[in-house]
Amino acid sequence: MNDQVKFTIDGKQCTAEKNTNLVEAAKMNGIYIPTLCHLEGVKPAGSCRICNVKINGRFMTACTTLVVDGMVIESNTNEIQELRKIIIETLFVSGNHFCPACEKSGNCELQAMGYKYQMMVPRFPYEFEEKEVDAKTTKLYIDRNRCILCKRCVRSIKSKDGKSIFAIKGRGHKAVINIDHKLANQMTDEEAMHAMETCPVGSILRKERGYVDPIGSRKFDHKPIGSEIEETVTVK
Amino acid sequence: MEKKITIEPVTRVEGHGKVTIYIDDEGNISQSRLHIVEFRGFERFVQGRPYWEAPVLVQRLCGICPVSHHLAAAKALDVIVGAGTGDGLTPTGEKMRRLMHYGQMFQSHALHFFHLVSPDLLFGVDGDPIVRNIIGVAKKYPELAVQGVMMRKFGQEIIRATAGKKIHGTGAIPGGINKHLTQEEKESFLKGADPLNADKMISWSVDALQFLKDYHKDNKDFIDNFAAFPSSHLSLVRKDGALDLYHGVLRAVDADGKKILNDVDYQDYLNYINEEVRDWSYMKFPFLTEYGKKDGWYRVGPLARLNTCEFIPTPLAQKEFEIYKAYTNGKPNHSSMHMHWARLIELLHSAEVIKDLLNDPDLMSGELTVKGEKRNEGVGLIEAPRGTLFHHYRINEHDQISMANLIVSTTNNNQPMNEAVNHAAKQFMTGQKVITEGMMNAVEVAIRAYDPCLSCATHALGQMPLEIVLKDSSDKELDRKRR
Repeated sequence: MNDQVKFTIDGKQCTAEKNTNLVEAAKMNGIYIPTLCHLEGVKPAGSCRICNVKINGRFMTACTTLVVDGMVIESNTNEIQELRKIIIETLFVSGNHFCPACEKSGNCELQAMGYKYQMMVPRFPYEFEEKEVDAKTTKLYIDRNRCILCKRCVRSIKSKDGKSIFAIKGRGHKAVINIDHKLANQMTDEEAMHAMETCPVGSILRKERGYVDPIGSRKFDHKPIGSEIEETVTVK
Repeated sequence: MEKKITIEPVTRVEGHGKVTIYIDDEGNISQSRLHIVEFRGFERFVQGRPYWEAPVLVQRLCGICPVSHHLAAAKALDVIVGAGTGDGLTPTGEKMRRLMHYGQMFQSHALHFFHLVSPDLLFGVDGDPIVRNIIGVAKKYPELAVQGVMMRKFGQEIIRATAGKKIHGTGAIPGGINKHLTQEEKESFLKGADPLNADKMISWSVDALQFLKDYHKDNKDFIDNFAAFPSSHLSLVRKDGALDLYHGVLRAVDADGKKILNDVDYQDYLNYINEEVRDWSYMKFPFLTEYGKKDGWYRVGPLARLNTCEFIPTPLAQKEFEIYKAYTNGKPNHSSMHMHWARLIELLHSAEVIKDLLNDPDLMSGELTVKGEKRNEGVGLIEAPRGTLFHHYRINEHDQISMANLIVSTTNNNQPMNEAVNHAAKQFMTGQKVITEGMMNAVEVAIRAYDPCLSCATHALGQMPLEIVLKDSSDKELDRKRR
């Protein structure tokens, strides 16, 4: 029992194992904290910032924060939800996201988040920055127009001897995702498919797969993102 | 001094266009032009995109018959993924695509006849524009309007069941299709509550044909002679000469019905077809290379298809086809207004094909896709509602599209529409000093017969911002009227 900690999220009494990050701890208590960069079992990066919550009155990213006894957490408040919506809008305007023709449409977490937060039109101007695609590997097509720099691929997709297949090149607003062609060409079909599924958007595509998931059977066709954790989750 | 009349925008067609008519000092029509003022650029911006994206991306050209672009692109990519040149798909893949296509043909033809054309027939070419539209039809002939809406709905539901969405679905993928038809969907189309079932659609198609034939009896001169002119005709036909809207060989006949393009493989279309650019329109002018720019132009669409095919492989439509052919003694039909007659025969044929396909067990099970040795180039042709549609792609070694060439149906009908405008203008405007509403609409009626899709899905209802500008030959404005 000493391994259990008690805390509250939006006033709800919760318990979780010590050293659990807040996103997972909330999930165990049936509360959805939205994320785009977090991947279960992979070291958190806190790069997308959508999981921002207020802990004891201060903003912190839930994925990088371990839950401790007595924490008072605010998540579903107007202020925080508006902040999350702003982040989603900035992700849309800083990339070139054309959902109608994207094969990840319906399975895309960013698109699903846009729907969840009812993003009708972003409040910021589109950047329409020219971004290069990389189609040179045999199994993967990298479309940087859609990359949100979540680093999921960098952190989790490794070669058999543990080398990173993906990396970030450049810094700040010039940062782009890069792929090691030699290592990528050694990936099996399953590994390539796993890389596509790991990407929350349509930036890493398994070549020649296309639109094999019919409309109606895609991940978010019928249920909004987060509903597997919190059935009735609503954005204030 | 020569005068110039401009009709802009042309209404109750898909997209935006304008017409210019030049009148000389004696009041004779010296020249007429249909200008297409839109520019889309799809051929350029698909370059660099992965090839499997093309059927979903390029269909965004249009909101009325996106299925045509979706399928033509998928057919071209079938060639690229080694799934043959139109006859190599699995039975499920081919039949699901056919169902999607005939569903689209049905909804598009119904939309055109009931929503866009019927106002002209019911209220007359010179009828008051306030009522001469689908709203006017709904008020005065509610049963007819409801039929039009429900027939379109039925076709759209077929598209939803096969492509995933009514507009801009994702069903056709390189090498086949991504879903089966469910038992529930099949039952709903075959045994759905009245009127949304295949039998009712066949019966309503027969009624629509009868309506047009009755109108024809009472307005023979108009239907037979309005904007009628001889031309060649081009379409796909099945290898045995049957009407086939999904796949076949390319055939063209001249004005007398002689084959001038003899059932060739459309993969080689560049050997037979060329396109001319003219500086006053964004739309190119295709022609049969062998016959040159002046004489090589041709018509496509329902009129052309019923001129090139030898028979229709469904019983009710075949019976109507025989009546239709007998009217011109088996010779090619050149009347622009008979395009509506031909279109309604195709509407009936589509309803019959849909019913036959729905009873085919291959739709419910079986392999969805097939792939073979990859190629770097493919051509896909389909008979879209408005005529033969060409999609041609090349890819590089990294699976990116490096070249795209699209010849859309309306482009194929560019010269014919210009001819039709000229004939209508001569018939209605020669020697006239005052331009009436009826005269303006006559020009539009001629264009509308071709059901042009001027690259977008603009629908204008009710009062149109139609404007006529009278100009002399130096482009100086003499008069302007607006309704």
